[in-house]
Amino acid sequence: MSTYLARRLATILPTLLFVTILIFSLQQLLPGDPAKVLAGEEQDPAVIAYLQKKMHLDQPLPVRYVYWLGGVLTGDLGESLRMQKPVTALIAEKLPVTIELALIAIVIALAIGIPAGIVSAVYKNRWPDYLANAVALWGLSTPNFWLGIMLILFFSVQLGWLPASGYVSPFEDLRANLAAMIMPAFVLGNAIAAVLMRHTRSAMLQVMSSDYVRTARAKGLNERVVVLKHALRNALTPVVTLGALELGTLLSGAVLTEQVFTIPGFGKLIVDAVFNRDYAVVQGVVLFTATAYIALNLLADLAYFLINPRLRG
Amino acid sequence: MTRAAWNRHLTAAIALAATLAAAPAFAQTLRFGLAEDPDVLDPTLARTFVGRIVFASLCDKLFDIDDKLNIVPQLAESWQWSADGKALTMKLRPGVTFHDGEKFDAAAVKFNIERHKTMAGSNRRGELSLVSTVDVVDPMTARLNLSQPFSPLLAQLADRAGMMVSPKAAQAAGDKFGANPVCSGPFKFVERVAQDRIVLERYPNYWNKGAIHFDRIVFLPIVDATVRLANLKSGQLDFIERVAASDAAAVSSDSRFKLSKITEIGYQGITLNVGKSDLAKTTAIGKDRRVREAFELSLDRDGIVQVVMEGQATVGNQWVAPENPFYAKNMPIPKRDVAKAKALLAAAGMPNPTVTLMTATTSDAQKIAQVVQVMAKEAGFDVKIQSTEFATSLNLADKGQFDAYILAWSGRADPDGNIYSFDACKQPLNYAGFCKPEVDQLLNESRTTADVAARRATYEKIASIVLVERPIIYIYHRHWLWAYTNKLTGLRAIPDGLVRPQGLKFN
Repeated sequence: MSTYLARRLATILPTLLFVTILIFSLQQLLPGDPAKVLAGEEQDPAVIAYLQKKMHLDQPLPVRYVYWLGGVLTGDLGESLRMQKPVTALIAEKLPVTIELALIAIVIALAIGIPAGIVSAVYKNRWPDYLANAVALWGLSTPNFWLGIMLILFFSVQLGWLPASGYVSPFEDLRANLAAMIMPAFVLGNAIAAVLMRHTRSAMLQVMSSDYVRTARAKGLNERVVVLKHALRNALTPVVTLGALELGTLLSGAVLTEQVFTIPGFGKLIVDAVFNRDYAVVQGVVLFTATAYIALNLLADLAYFLINPRLRG
Repeated sequence: MTRAAWNRHLTAAIALAATLAAAPAFAQTLRFGLAEDPDVLDPTLARTFVGRIVFASLCDKLFDIDDKLNIVPQLAESWQWSADGKALTMKLRPGVTFHDGEKFDAAAVKFNIERHKTMAGSNRRGELSLVSTVDVVDPMTARLNLSQPFSPLLAQLADRAGMMVSPKAAQAAGDKFGANPVCSGPFKFVERVAQDRIVLERYPNYWNKGAIHFDRIVFLPIVDATVRLANLKSGQLDFIERVAASDAAAVSSDSRFKLSKITEIGYQGITLNVGKSDLAKTTAIGKDRRVREAFELSLDRDGIVQVVMEGQATVGNQWVAPENPFYAKNMPIPKRDVAKAKALLAAAGMPNPTVTLMTATTSDAQKIAQVVQVMAKEAGFDVKIQSTEFATSLNLADKGQFDAYILAWSGRADPDGNIYSFDACKQPLNYAGFCKPEVDQLLNESRTTADVAARRATYEKIASIVLVERPIIYIYHRHWLWAYTNKLTGLRAIPDGLVRPQGLKFN
């Protein structure tokens, strides 16, 4: 295990370096002069020149990259020129929001997806299976923004139960926080639940037809024990990987859902930054989420060891 | 968390939300839905329209404008121009303090004007370029000395260039001032969470505190118009700006809300490349004035307003709306005339010219492009729509790589702010590449003329040239649509689209 871990860790640094080059160079492909976008309505040439200098746009590309990388290595991700705030401060401000939304969403997804997958596999080709599949298909094919707006119109405008949008810090008011988070988290979790359900189902079906499960049944074990203890544990390995990947995606920001519910997380931050060509913010946030993604992958690999004892050599 | 605990939390959350929605709005807080997140809250550096809405509650200006676009006093109580129009003397309002308790006086005016003029990255420098020096005549009298007469100056000072910030706070904060702005307006800054909220609270020592009836204003940027309206309907907001035209009828018919509309001071138009780059020499629309006239004649402005804006705009053909005192009456709105358009194209020897129409990806601009395409086709034009993300379109426009470009301008109180930078040679917003020395001369003349009738006459001369050359075809002036709870009274509809908190209150 330790050699495996060491090997994994050794690949992280070059990967991250590659990511910085990728983020930086891809960003340069964006058409349009960021200084012009940031200069606002008046397009004052003096302001544009000032912004170009401030963003080092008057320097060659490699020099700009070195400027940025130098900052990154010292923990300085630059400053948002639109909001005049350090990128690290913006990330610190948005991160708890994004993490909370992602965690609630993934909990909802797991709570729906895995039981539905198990039921669907156990009752293969019977009505619970058909029902679960129909629900999964609905979850997969419903666009986030549409579901979001429908939920707002029903629960906020029609019934007046939940706030239509916005965000309240859990430290300020936990109940208001949950009331604000439940709809966006459900929208996100709903789609992921469908994916998890499909994967759990196929993994369970595969495991349930394997020899050791037949042996377990032959021993006269209770079907409940066979399914939940023997089969599920093995079937969960691919599902955990998938869950971690989905969580990573959620952490990079749920663009449309955050936009609809006006949740001030990474998704909104990065989309606004791209449209405003606020380069430092785009680079900083993408680098941060890439790092988080890599870290989560590593954690998922570690989780294999816990679930599957055969890997603990 | 166990399932039961989860259920308890969820039930509690739903119950609380229901109570919140059912209870009357917090009596002393005005919750205001903005259509965008403002940029930096420093009047010297600020660049966006939406930021000006927040400034209206945060930072007082030397002057303000009223609903007829007249200049009215704010921090300057009275003013006087010198005979040669090169010095503006202002008597300042006594007893005004900044939010940090510092006194507002002539020295503060001098500091602020100089800050606008010299700070790195200042967006105000251009607006104040003709102000050469500021004299402190006495503690409550300031004089701005100009290098040449400049009649739009008062209008500039009624906007961000006239906003006064605390010199002490500005010196201490340097270029970070926008993170914690200290002004002298009715509300002072409390906190800002980017893309989430801006919180202001009543400044107890405001000079006009009798007009202020809220303890707090919370600005919440909500980009999606449907969601903004849903928040108003579900009671989380008291006021929203920029209601979608398609929702106007539904809001008007709902007795819980009021809808306010006023014609903007800006415009929606189509910029034509007449000389920005060599491309203009090769395109039908760039090289032949008759083709441009035919293009305009092929358009039915009323039809465009009905289809694109559901009637929520005033048709126009100039940089100011027809009711503006500076509207050039000698150049009325041309009626649609397809036959004449066809004849002009035939005379130009180009019966079926191709026009590439560049448009941003916003839904209004897209709709305009589609309607224009259909209308112009009847006259023989082959309009190709080129949908381009805004930043990219700005770049292409600046390089002159377009035939026609749908572009809106938010407008300025003085007509100069709606035309000078667009039609004078080599100005930053002159995407058309239009350049005529006689127009430059007239534009400069209009800037140095203080007399309204004389200025109007100059604008009529300008209109008779530029509306024939057509660097920009003006189409309509949007209505600012504001929706708010019917408890709110005292709203003044000023055409600049900014909401003044003075006089606003809940019944």
